[in-house]
Amino acid sequence: MSTLFAILFYFATLVLVVGMIYRISVYTRTPAPLKIPTTPAPINTSGVVLRMTREVVFFESLFKANLWTWGLGWMFHASLALVLMRHLRYFTEPVWAWVAFIQPFGMYAGITLVFGAAGLWARRLFAERIRYISTPSDHLMLVLFLMIGISGLVMSFVAHGDVIAVKGFMLGLMHFDMQTLPSSIGLYVHLSLVAVLMMIFPISKLLHAPGVFFSPSRNQADNPREKRHIAAWAKQLESES
Amino acid sequence: MADIVAPAYRVIPIIPALKPGAMEGKGPFVSGEKMNEDLGFPGKLVEDWHDKAIAKMGELLGKYRSLKVYMDACVHCGACSDKCHYFIGTQDPKNMPVARQDLMRSVYRRYFTLPGKLFPKLVGARDLTREVLDEWHNYYHQCSECRRCSVFCPYGIDTAEVTMAARDILDSVGYGQKYDIEIIGKVHKIGNNLGLPAPALIDTMEGLEEDVKEATGIDVRFPIDVKGAEVLLITPSADFFAEPHIDSLIGYAKVFHATGTSWTLSSMSSEAANFGMFIGNYEQLRKVALRIRQAALDLGVKRIVVGECGHAWRVAYSFWNTLSGVGDGADQNDKFAQMLQKQLDHRYKQPTHICEFTWDMIGKGALSFDKEANDKHIITFHDSCNVARGSSMGGYPGGQFDIPRNIIKSVANHFVEMDPSTTHERTFCCGGGGGLLTDDLMDLRVKGALPRMEVLKKVVDEEGVNFLAVICAICKTQFSKTMPIYGFDRRMVGGVHQLVSNAIRLGEK
Repeated sequence: MSTLFAILFYFATLVLVVGMIYRISVYTRTPAPLKIPTTPAPINTSGVVLRMTREVVFFESLFKANLWTWGLGWMFHASLALVLMRHLRYFTEPVWAWVAFIQPFGMYAGITLVFGAAGLWARRLFAERIRYISTPSDHLMLVLFLMIGISGLVMSFVAHGDVIAVKGFMLGLMHFDMQTLPSSIGLYVHLSLVAVLMMIFPISKLLHAPGVFFSPSRNQADNPREKRHIAAWAKQLESES
Repeated sequence: MADIVAPAYRVIPIIPALKPGAMEGKGPFVSGEKMNEDLGFPGKLVEDWHDKAIAKMGELLGKYRSLKVYMDACVHCGACSDKCHYFIGTQDPKNMPVARQDLMRSVYRRYFTLPGKLFPKLVGARDLTREVLDEWHNYYHQCSECRRCSVFCPYGIDTAEVTMAARDILDSVGYGQKYDIEIIGKVHKIGNNLGLPAPALIDTMEGLEEDVKEATGIDVRFPIDVKGAEVLLITPSADFFAEPHIDSLIGYAKVFHATGTSWTLSSMSSEAANFGMFIGNYEQLRKVALRIRQAALDLGVKRIVVGECGHAWRVAYSFWNTLSGVGDGADQNDKFAQMLQKQLDHRYKQPTHICEFTWDMIGKGALSFDKEANDKHIITFHDSCNVARGSSMGGYPGGQFDIPRNIIKSVANHFVEMDPSTTHERTFCCGGGGGLLTDDLMDLRVKGALPRMEVLKKVVDEEGVNFLAVICAICKTQFSKTMPIYGFDRRMVGGVHQLVSNAIRLGEK
C-alpha cells in the first residue's frame, strides 16, 4: 500500500506541476491585444498590484456581488489556505516556527472549511439560478472538498492517526527514501482524494486560481492614451497596409 | 411596435424567478449576402460551418488571452447571475451572464479540453450542432457588451469578450447580424453609420449655423474639412440630425465658439461610432478607426475631440492608440504611430472627450453660464455603460463619473442622483447598446430598459426629475424610443451638452 501511495503521489505531483507550468505558459504566451481593464481601474502598475491583492486576498468583486457567496467563499478559501499551511508540518523538519504557531488555528480552519464547502454546495443545490448553471462536475468538486475536509477532521478529532509515521512517509517521499505509511482507512481516503484533486487541478475550473492573475480586465493598468499598447499579431497588420 | 409592452416594475427589486425559454427565437435579422461579402465575410452560412467555426474559435483562443482565461476560469459561482439587465427584464436564464458564456464554454470544453473530450456530460460540454449555432445567434445578440457582469466577477470575466468572440465566429461562417454588418459597410463606403454623404453633411451644418444664428443672434460656425484647424471633432453621426442628439452638437459648437477654439469636422471621417467593436472583429475595428487617423493626418489637426457617444468613447479612449496611433507614448521605432503622434499636441490627452474639453475650459474660467436657463429641468444623470466601465476621463480613475456631473452642476441648479446601486460602475445599460439598437430587437430593448426605468421612476416620483442627461448617442436613441412605452415623455432624455448649450454665454465672458 505504501508503494502504491508513493507512486500515486509522485504521479499526482508530476501532473500538477507539469500541468500548471503548461497552463501558465499558455496564458503568458497568449497576447492581450486590446486594453480592457474594467474601469474605474488603476492607472499604473503599483495600483494594479493593489487591485489584484484586494481581489485575491479579500475577493473584492465578489463582495460587491453577493454577500452570501462572498462570506461562504471567503471562509472556504481562507480556511483552505490555513489548512494547507498547517500541513507544511508534514513536509518540514524541523517544523518552521510560524507553521508550529498556526497549528491550533489550522485545526479549527478544518471545521470552517467544511462549513464553507457545505454552504456553497447548499447554495448550488437550493438557489434556483445557481442550480441552473451547475454542471455535475461543479457538484462533485464540492463533494471532493467536503470529503477531504471531513476525512481530515475525523483523523484530527475522532480517530487519531499516527502523524509521526505519516510525516516519516512524506519526508521519505521528498528524499526518495521509501517509508511505511500507517494503515488506516481514513488516511487512505484522505490521501487518495488529495491526489485526485492535484491531478484534476490543471484541467478543471480550479484553474481560476492562476487564471485570476492573467485576467486582462483586472491586471491591466488603465493608461491607453499615455502608452501605446499593441500585440505582435496586430502590429503585423500595420506592415501589411 | 404597438404590441410591445413594458414589463411590470418590480415593487422591491428582487431577483426574478427563472422563465426558461422566455427569449428563445431566431434572434435578429441575418445579414444579407452582398453586405457580408463587402466586409470579406462569406455571403451566407457556409457548408462546412462546423469545422470553420471550431477553427475560428481556436484562432481566437490563441489571439485573445481574455477569451482563453475566461473560458477556463469560471467556477459557476453565480456572482454575475442576477446582474444583467436583459436577464432582469426577460427572466430567461440564458441571459444570465454565466449562462450566456456557457453557450460558448460548453463548446470550448468539448473541443479544446481533455475532460470535455472524455466526459462531456460530466463537465457540461456539448457538440457544436446547428441548434447550438442558432442559439448563439439568438442569445449573443441579447448581450449589449455593457460589462456590468465583469464588475462583480471575482476573476473579472467579461461576457462582452465572449459575446464579441461569438459574433466574430458567426460572421466568419456567414451567419452575422444584419444591423451591425450593414452599418459597418456604410462607414467604409461613405464615412458614417447613416450613409450621409458629404454634400448632405455640409448642407446640414449650414442649416445649423442659420438655426443658431436665429436663436442667439450669434455666428456660431460648424466648419467641415478645414485644414489646419486645431481640433478635429469626431462625433456620432446621429448628432447631425437625430433628436435630441443634435442639441448636443450645437452645445459642442457653442463651447468651441465661446473658447475661441478653431475646429472642424471631417466629411471623409464623420463617425465616432465603431461597430467593429460590437462584432468583435479586430480588422473591422481597426479599419473603421483608421479613417479617423487619415482625417487627422489630412487636416493636420493638433487635437482630436470625441463627441457624446458611449462605445465610441471606449474605442477612442481605450483602443485608438492601439489601432491607429491616436494617443501618446509610442515606441521611437514605431513609425506608424509616430507619424501621427508627432503632429498631435501632447499638452492635451489624445483623444479628448468633449466633456473633458468643456470641463477643462470651465476650470480655466473660459466659459460662463446662466444656470437659470436650465431651471425648468430637474436633472439626473445616467452613466453610459461603455463610458463607465470601459473608459475614463480626466486621467484619474473615476473621472468618467465626476466630469459629466461637474459640468451639469456648473450649468444647472437642480441635480439629483439615482439609486447608487445603479450608477457609476454599477450603472445599467440603456438596453440598446452593443449593436442591438435595431427595430427587430425592439421587444428585447424594451425589456432590457426595465432596471433603468425602475430607478428613474423613483426619482421622477419622489424628486420631480424631468430630465435624464446622458453622454451616449445609443442611450439617447434607445431612451427616446422606449421611454414612452414606460409612460415617460420622450423629450425627457437629452445630452449633457444640450444643457451646456442652454446655459452658455456666447456674447461676453
